[in-house]
Amino acid sequence: MALPAARARGWAAAVKMAQRRRHAEAPRGSPSRAPPGSRAALYVHWPYCEKRCSYCNFNKYIPRGVEEAAMRSCLVTEAQTLLRLSGVQRVESVFFGGGTPSLASPNTVAAVLEAVDQISHLPADSEVTLEANPTSAPGSRLAAFGAAGVNRLSIGLQSLDDTELQLLGRTHSARDALQTLAEARRLFPGRVSVDLMLGLPAQQVGPWLGQLRTLLGCCDDHLSLYQLTLERGTALFTQVQRGALPAPDPELAAEMYQEGRAMLREVGFRQYEVSNFARNGALSTHNWTYWQCGQYLGVGPGAHGRFVPQGAGGHTREARIQTLEPDNWMKEVMLFGHGTRRRVPLGQLELLEEVLAMGLRTDVGITHQHWQQFEPQLSLWDVFGASQEVKALLAQGLLLLDHRGLRCSWEGLAVLDSLLLTLLPRLQEAWQQRTPSPVQGG
Amino acid sequence: MWAPMGRGRWHGCALTVWATAAAHRGILEPRPMPTRGAAAKSRSQDRLYSSADRKEKIDMSRFSVENIRNFSIIAHVDHGKSTLADRLLELTGTIDKTKNNKQVLDKLQVERERGITVKAQTASLFYNYEGKQYLLNLIDTPGHVDFSYEVSRSLSACQGVLLVVDANEGIQAQTVANFFLAFEAQLSVIPVINKIDLKNADPERVEKQIEKVFDIPTDECIKISAKLGTNVERVLQAVIERIPPPKVHRKNPLKALVFDSTFDQYRGVIANVALFDGVVSKGDKIVSAHTKKIYEVNEVGVLNPNEQPTHKLYAGQVGYLIAGMKDVTEAQIGDTLYLHKQPVEPLPGFKSAKPMVFAGMYPIDQSEYNNLKSAVEKLTINDSSVTVHRDSSLALGAGWRLGFLGLLHMEVFNQRLEQEYNASVILTTPTVPYKAVLSSAKLIKARRAVQKNMVYIDQNRVMLKYLFPLNEIVVDFYDSLKSLSSGYASFDYEDAGYQTAELVKMDILLNGNLVEELVTIVHKDKAHSVGKAICERLKDSLPRQLFEIAIQAAIGSKIIARETVKAYRKNVLAKCYGGDITRKMKLLKRQAEGKKKLRKIGNIEVPKDAFIKVLRTQPDNDGRRNRSNVTGI
Repeated sequence: MALPAARARGWAAAVKMAQRRRHAEAPRGSPSRAPPGSRAALYVHWPYCEKRCSYCNFNKYIPRGVEEAAMRSCLVTEAQTLLRLSGVQRVESVFFGGGTPSLASPNTVAAVLEAVDQISHLPADSEVTLEANPTSAPGSRLAAFGAAGVNRLSIGLQSLDDTELQLLGRTHSARDALQTLAEARRLFPGRVSVDLMLGLPAQQVGPWLGQLRTLLGCCDDHLSLYQLTLERGTALFTQVQRGALPAPDPELAAEMYQEGRAMLREVGFRQYEVSNFARNGALSTHNWTYWQCGQYLGVGPGAHGRFVPQGAGGHTREARIQTLEPDNWMKEVMLFGHGTRRRVPLGQLELLEEVLAMGLRTDVGITHQHWQQFEPQLSLWDVFGASQEVKALLAQGLLLLDHRGLRCSWEGLAVLDSLLLTLLPRLQEAWQQRTPSPVQGG
Repeated sequence: MWAPMGRGRWHGCALTVWATAAAHRGILEPRPMPTRGAAAKSRSQDRLYSSADRKEKIDMSRFSVENIRNFSIIAHVDHGKSTLADRLLELTGTIDKTKNNKQVLDKLQVERERGITVKAQTASLFYNYEGKQYLLNLIDTPGHVDFSYEVSRSLSACQGVLLVVDANEGIQAQTVANFFLAFEAQLSVIPVINKIDLKNADPERVEKQIEKVFDIPTDECIKISAKLGTNVERVLQAVIERIPPPKVHRKNPLKALVFDSTFDQYRGVIANVALFDGVVSKGDKIVSAHTKKIYEVNEVGVLNPNEQPTHKLYAGQVGYLIAGMKDVTEAQIGDTLYLHKQPVEPLPGFKSAKPMVFAGMYPIDQSEYNNLKSAVEKLTINDSSVTVHRDSSLALGAGWRLGFLGLLHMEVFNQRLEQEYNASVILTTPTVPYKAVLSSAKLIKARRAVQKNMVYIDQNRVMLKYLFPLNEIVVDFYDSLKSLSSGYASFDYEDAGYQTAELVKMDILLNGNLVEELVTIVHKDKAHSVGKAICERLKDSLPRQLFEIAIQAAIGSKIIARETVKAYRKNVLAKCYGGDITRKMKLLKRQAEGKKKLRKIGNIEVPKDAFIKVLRTQPDNDGRRNRSNVTGI
């Protein structure tokens, strides 16, 4: 699809204006008052990378040459198809993830945004994030992405230690990362996030905290701390399996996490999610949508979405996944207008389970109002109030259930997955007692 | 105990086992068409049939007592017993001479994999020597003294043995044990030094060992290579020349010894018999001296090694008999059969198999219980020496407590369950029988090893005899001995009765709460190390929880070992965005589902497999025995 350059530029300019306004107002998550069914977040997957990182098991490909025009056209087509299908009238955030979307041309980003704005409404103050890799994003290129409509950057910095970066198979050095960060902050002030990994093989607590301290001296208002998950099928996994690398020590990772988040709290960052920290209200709207179980559309190879296909007369939320492999996905998009490979209708209980598991990842947890949006009949008190096991967790100070809702304590957030093993069965039990003949998966 | 310092091989690589009445064929392979067995198995059987395709029934009357020799081959593991048997079968035309004759008599997968004989076989060889046709009955006896009483019984059907000794390794533990069984049975012993083709063979040294230990003159040893066939003919000649014919009388009333029995689902029990007196033929009414039940003989024949029907069997001959017995227990090993209304004095020494080693056996999943039950039933129908009692464990659910004649017997049983019935089981620590005195914790058993004897066999080898408590051996003795001697020591044991010992009951506690599944009886002096081992294993298999878990081993109120499982400090998925949600929810639900199956001890949730890991005997990674379980906590 050929993009009318003028229109794209026009949208981008409006974005710039909005950006300044938004920043001044110090916005926070869950901004819109529009009915939930009519709005959505949009995820766009760029499946290509220059090089395979040793820890990454995402759906990504190292191509010999990318037919970008074809890819662009397919991303635009699929975005249009899915937006129409969803009946969404307002897209509140767009996230270009990957892969390495900063390898795509700004033109492609602009084309997708333009299409989104055409089919439904992409308000000028919508959050448009691009994941950027330090080496593939020199300043000039970042500026071009800004001109295309990107207003937030998430930089995969990962580490400030060159040995660790090498271990991770990253192509950049710590110096590259800091330079990219500085340029990004100049171009997108208050709208830059960086990722820092913890719990790497052989990583020690002291030096890692040193990295975090260095980063705090130069980072913007958003930070993500990710503990390394050794994924099957990655080079790192194999190396650890073979004994070529020491297995990451979970005790040390736990300590890094505790010390790290304490440090961030001291300097005014709010831990608004398990791994995400923001100050000055710079929360990621897009990711907030995931944790609040809002609607989101997934565009691109292997992208996931969760929405009600209202445009096609549907009333049930569906989990959707697009065809993984880029070439096949493109063929399908060209044939059918989309590459949706799997559609799984989510039952009411399943949705509530997700509301619970996702919501508790955030600092506000699940408010009574939030829960009521999904389940008006059965309150959080009804579900969890009488359970002895839940009471034990409350007594241990890991969980809080009060007039605001259900949420993890500071300590509880770090062991949420253990808490969920008590909470999920309790929810299932309450649900089954509530409905005499539970119809599942409907 | 036997601890040579030379190049001995440790027990366990290739033992010969007499699994009482453990027929491999009955259920799996309906005879006579071997269609369902493993390929190798069928091939060997086809070959056997084609070579021994005697349509006419053999007239056994032409083999008079003077021309009959009943013998068996005894040897330590891997000394070449089965290879020699192959050569003897070839030489006498019992089987075709092809390159593929390897352990022809060992047909089970487990036998071929382990190089051991599980199912004893009998073969009648027809051999012409100096113008006379001889009938040589090779009765394959077990080599392992786990089964010594059966060895004695089967040796009682023989008049002589071939004692095979490896020219390289020399006399080993089971060589000695088997020799004495044959010696006590007053059989002629023909020493055969095998593997003289090996580079390091030292037959002269072995001759001297044999002379010193067994008091057999060096010139009586036959030096052969069973592999190459060298001098094997001389072995057959020695059998004829040195082993006396059986002292029996055709004219007397029938007196037949049952020395093995197998079960065939179409034909019932097939009893392997040695005739001490008289004649038996189809239609005869016979009586079991043990049960006094009367049967009518449907078929008699010889084994070569498959059943070959004959008109009759005569005194001194060895063969099989089918008489409408429905259950292997009706044809007990050692029983005497005689003609109805012509009772004879039963042959001496009949007694039931006495299990020496016990193990709990449970299905991995309770839904497998019925399948496992039927597999165990099918296997035990052919192996009446396995005792079966229903049992149940809080941790493992319904199962059985099985009694075996020995460790190898147990391993083989387990392996056959897996291979032949595709059943996987949890085998818990073997226990040995104790006799309780009053109601106190003091039980009777032998305690610390007491040295009984020490003999230097030659410069390199010493034989040590000790009195041991059986449970000490069952538990970890094999491994310790093996590692101490770098695998050179060999080992054998026999039952020495009960002796008093001090045993205590050891409790395992989780945060102070008793774990009933793990209560253990242990010797006072061993309590500390066993308790520590259990605690350590439990520590490795208990998932972390939201609080610290103290694992303690206690005797009464005294804590003797402790391990700690630290509380979870971090347990939350780092990245959880759009694409991760489905996967995460699946994982959480699976874990939550698993949590429902946990057993709660106090407030601690213990997964079933934690008990399994603690109770299950540890796998032994030693080559051929890789699927077996011997050592435990």
